Amino acid sequence: MKIKRRTFICAAAAAGILASPQLSASGHTRPRVVVIGGGPGGATVARYIAKDSDGAIDVTLVEPTRRYYTCFFSNLYIGGFKAIEELGHGYGALASAHGINVVHDWAVGVDRDSKTVTLAGGSELAYDKLILSPGIDFIEDSVDGWNLTAQNAMPHAYKAGSQTELLRSQIMAMPTGGVYAMVAPPNPYRCPPGPYERVSMVAHHLKLHNPTAKIIIADPKEKFSKQSLFEEGWNNHYPGMIDRIGPDFGGDIVSVDPHSMTVTIDGEVTKVDACNVIPAMRAGKIVHTAGVADGNWAPVNAVDMSSKMDPDVHILGDASLQGDMPKSAFSANSQAKVCANAVRGALIGSRVFPARYANTCWSLIETNDGVKVGATYEATDEKIARVDGFISSTGESADLRKATYEESEGWYAGIIADMFN
Amino acid sequence: MRPTTANLFEHIPIRVQRQLQLLLLVTIVTFSPRVMLSDETGEAHRGQQVYMQCHECHEIGNGATNGIGPHLNQLFGRVAGGIDGFHYSPSFISAGAEGLVWNVDSIAAYLEDPQSYIEGTRMNYPGLRDKEQRDELIAFLRLFSDDSDDLMVLDSYTNEPGFSLDPDVLEIEGDREYGEYLSSLCTTCHQLAGEDAGIPAIINWPERAFVAAMHAYKNKTRTNPVMQIIAERLSDEEIAALAAYFADPQD
Repeated sequence: MKIKRRTFICAAAAAGILASPQLSASGHTRPRVVVIGGGPGGATVARYIAKDSDGAIDVTLVEPTRRYYTCFFSNLYIGGFKAIEELGHGYGALASAHGINVVHDWAVGVDRDSKTVTLAGGSELAYDKLILSPGIDFIEDSVDGWNLTAQNAMPHAYKAGSQTELLRSQIMAMPTGGVYAMVAPPNPYRCPPGPYERVSMVAHHLKLHNPTAKIIIADPKEKFSKQSLFEEGWNNHYPGMIDRIGPDFGGDIVSVDPHSMTVTIDGEVTKVDACNVIPAMRAGKIVHTAGVADGNWAPVNAVDMSSKMDPDVHILGDASLQGDMPKSAFSANSQAKVCANAVRGALIGSRVFPARYANTCWSLIETNDGVKVGATYEATDEKIARVDGFISSTGESADLRKATYEESEGWYAGIIADMFN
Repeated sequence: MRPTTANLFEHIPIRVQRQLQLLLLVTIVTFSPRVMLSDETGEAHRGQQVYMQCHECHEIGNGATNGIGPHLNQLFGRVAGGIDGFHYSPSFISAGAEGLVWNVDSIAAYLEDPQSYIEGTRMNYPGLRDKEQRDELIAFLRLFSDDSDDLMVLDSYTNEPGFSLDPDVLEIEGDREYGEYLSSLCTTCHQLAGEDAGIPAIINWPERAFVAAMHAYKNKTRTNPVMQIIAERLSDEEIAALAAYFADPQD
């Protein structure tokens, strides 16, 4: 039988399934979902559960920042294509349009036996289902000489916001003919093409304002995402400006000194003017606190993104260990919808449909020179497995590259609406 | 939520409803569908721009009702003056009585010079002399007529070498609730609000046009690789489910 949503609400209200907001403050009759982290995974899952359950589920979203600055497209800010304000988004509509209880605080503890979350402010939140989407943290001392106290001298700019603004200001202040260095991260890390799009955007800025400046990349990886596309673009647009040192030339033997502003690659010391250190990564801390991580990441079941250690905990996005999907905003958003459908089904008996996952990552190499890579995925017993994919080709026409860039702008507007509207 | 006359006026007396509908007409027509058309040449899409001249008086798409002029859904094949309850001019009524049926040729002739094609028409429009614009407008209007065998969107695919679509596939009734779930695959990029900056709007499409477009991606007649890999994973039933949902996502 097909039940229309509105019919269900009426029936549910008549049967007393739906509590009024006043009632729910005292006696919790509605099932409760707590979401930790308000990025592409967390904001999307909170929004879809609230929107599609029409008030039948009590959704709380815990996110420390009042305004979320997207890491995706933050390279375009570094290149001067976007203003920082365009990257910031608030949570107002999630509260007002969807009735989500948005709590701006840090989650510092999870008790999976009593099913409660503790906040830094001291409050406790009870849950029936807990969804963790905290993104990434950096692994201390993964780059010799760098830790969080050095992040002002050598920003990571890999969590968007003040760090991104800092890095851009340092690039803008580089002396004529100066050197920008990037210490690229080892796999696995957030946004595989991200460091290389960033290099492209830095090169775009320097070409316009400081054309004799140089870019050095110390890279521990033998190869990287969209490599042939980036290298073709760098040769075409920024000839002679970018020098990438891979592991075959010691790119994996790196130390930095934030005081002297030097980078040492395989024993060779270079004085630099701006230094972007992107350390190795692991799942955000709350995943480790909750005890659902195995090593650096939190293993999940591909069918619904539930933890392999606790069926009432789900982990989304960068923090999860799920299989073949890259750590990207698109992936997190895609995983969130599968998770939302499964959680609603478990809590209020709505129809549960098969998991579908997809990802596309666009990158900008130079003005109107956009490229993309994407794939679809399916849930297997073992993992989220890649089914089919595509990647832009080298030698594509300028028109196609421009259309690809415009498509990426459409995607940005789309995913923002899908997270925050 | 997009207002439709049905849910807005449910509890208001009929007479008052009519007055309200007139008042709200301007508001409603601004919600006329934003269709990014599936024609490779973009003809019908450009026709949507031409249609901006018409939309003050004529509604089209899901939920369209008669306004100052009659609604233009199912226009192709309609007898002139053929909508019950719309107050046509006497000349329109007699044109219909004499057998005028709207098709590509008659619509083109009427649009080119309304007053000389139907003397006494109340349509206060000087005519669209530019043949290219006329063809584009007709291509757009044609999307909202349900005679799918000659829907131009289908023509543009079925004429492609290597593309064929089983007519039965067009008739599959989509599971709307499943479509709503599957739509979340699309809404990472395509906005439910119908914004189309960089990524086309896909809401309020005629279902069969939606189905045809998705199958054209699935068998790679259409070239966008993101859409190809998404469509490739969708069964005929799933495409029908998506079409059913996106035809009217606000329902």
